[in-house]
Amino acid sequence: MKNIKLFPVTGSFAENKDIAREIRIKDIISCLDKNEEVTLDFKNVDSATQSFIHALISDIIRNYGIEILDNIFFKNCSETIKKIINIVTDYMQERD
Amino acid sequence: MKIHLPNSAFLGNIDPFFRSFNNSNPNKLEITANKKWISVHPVVLSMIAALGLKIRKSNIHCNKIEARSKHYFERMGLFKFLGIKSNIKIIEHEPAGRFIPLTQIKNSSKLTKFITDIIPLLHLDPKQAEPIRYIISELVRNVLEHSQSKFGAILSAQYYKKSNTIRIGIVDTGIGIKKSINQSHGAPTDLEAIKLALTPGITGTTRREGGTEYNAGAGLFFIKSIAKVNHDFFIMYSGNSMYKLLKGNKKKHTIRLYADPFKDRHSSDEKLPYWEGTIVGIDISLNATKEFSIFLDLIRETYVKTVRERKRARYRRPKFI
Repeated sequence: MKNIKLFPVTGSFAENKDIAREIRIKDIISCLDKNEEVTLDFKNVDSATQSFIHALISDIIRNYGIEILDNIFFKNCSETIKKIINIVTDYMQERD
Repeated sequence: MKIHLPNSAFLGNIDPFFRSFNNSNPNKLEITANKKWISVHPVVLSMIAALGLKIRKSNIHCNKIEARSKHYFERMGLFKFLGIKSNIKIIEHEPAGRFIPLTQIKNSSKLTKFITDIIPLLHLDPKQAEPIRYIISELVRNVLEHSQSKFGAILSAQYYKKSNTIRIGIVDTGIGIKKSINQSHGAPTDLEAIKLALTPGITGTTRREGGTEYNAGAGLFFIKSIAKVNHDFFIMYSGNSMYKLLKGNKKKHTIRLYADPFKDRHSSDEKLPYWEGTIVGIDISLNATKEFSIFLDLIRETYVKTVRERKRARYRRPKFI
């Protein structure tokens, strides 16, 4: 299981989609491709934008299928971040 | 081009100001002003600054501003943006105030730095700061990703003590919403394009539900929804059209979010002088700021329902003969 800490790269407000994309490609996908589980640790990140979370996980859901959520764990999420992750995972399950 | 700073132009009464904008002769800018008092929304300043960036400084003419409130424009950095020497002195013991002077943001990392460094200057408590930084981040990223403007986003914001409100104006002089949205859709008019841009799940980058790896078409719907939940004004002006979300009835206890912005209490105008680019203005009343996470519950409900209904509308039906 790989633990990815977001705060050192995003700060307390995760909004930079370029950073989200980098985390997704360099850290998350490389683990998932090796069948490893991933923990996204939001400790000290108090909020995020929907765009950030979308850039972080939507393409993974699209490419690996929604079942991939069994291999991704979201840790230390604030109430806001939990809800935004739920919105993104909900609408990605309604995607084309 | 000619632009006149009126006595008053806030989102509630901004329509005459927009109508008075003269966009002829795009290589020159002439600014005139009310002589007694000028009190305007930051979106007005962002607009003028955005125009000023497109024009050679020698072609910008600003009549001497005599109004007693002229210091405000100096403090917000308008003259500096236009390259005009104002000779207005700001009294040093004047409080620093809670405002964001005119700022140009041209890339993603500058936006992140701006949000980290500047938002704290508004001295908001965390509950109030959360929607403000959210709005600024999403709106400026929209400009950077979709406007194709080489000047990026021009923004300014001001706290108004009397109404306990933060007013924000974000402007670009890029391709505008219609050209952007029509990369994947077919909006016949500027107003239709604004409508699509405000609809959850619609993005100019693809027709596909769920968007691309980078865009979901959710940002503007979120922002319009923040304004609606707080009973605040929100405007979008692009091309020759403006959509204005009007203040809701505060006595109503239940708030319903609509995917279709035309179902919200709004006004619109399709005969405004053509604005090449996009203008967004929003007010956030700090008295009414709801818990952000409660607001997200409403969003979740509406968003998923909308996408589901849109997909269902595209279902192929069997033909029973």
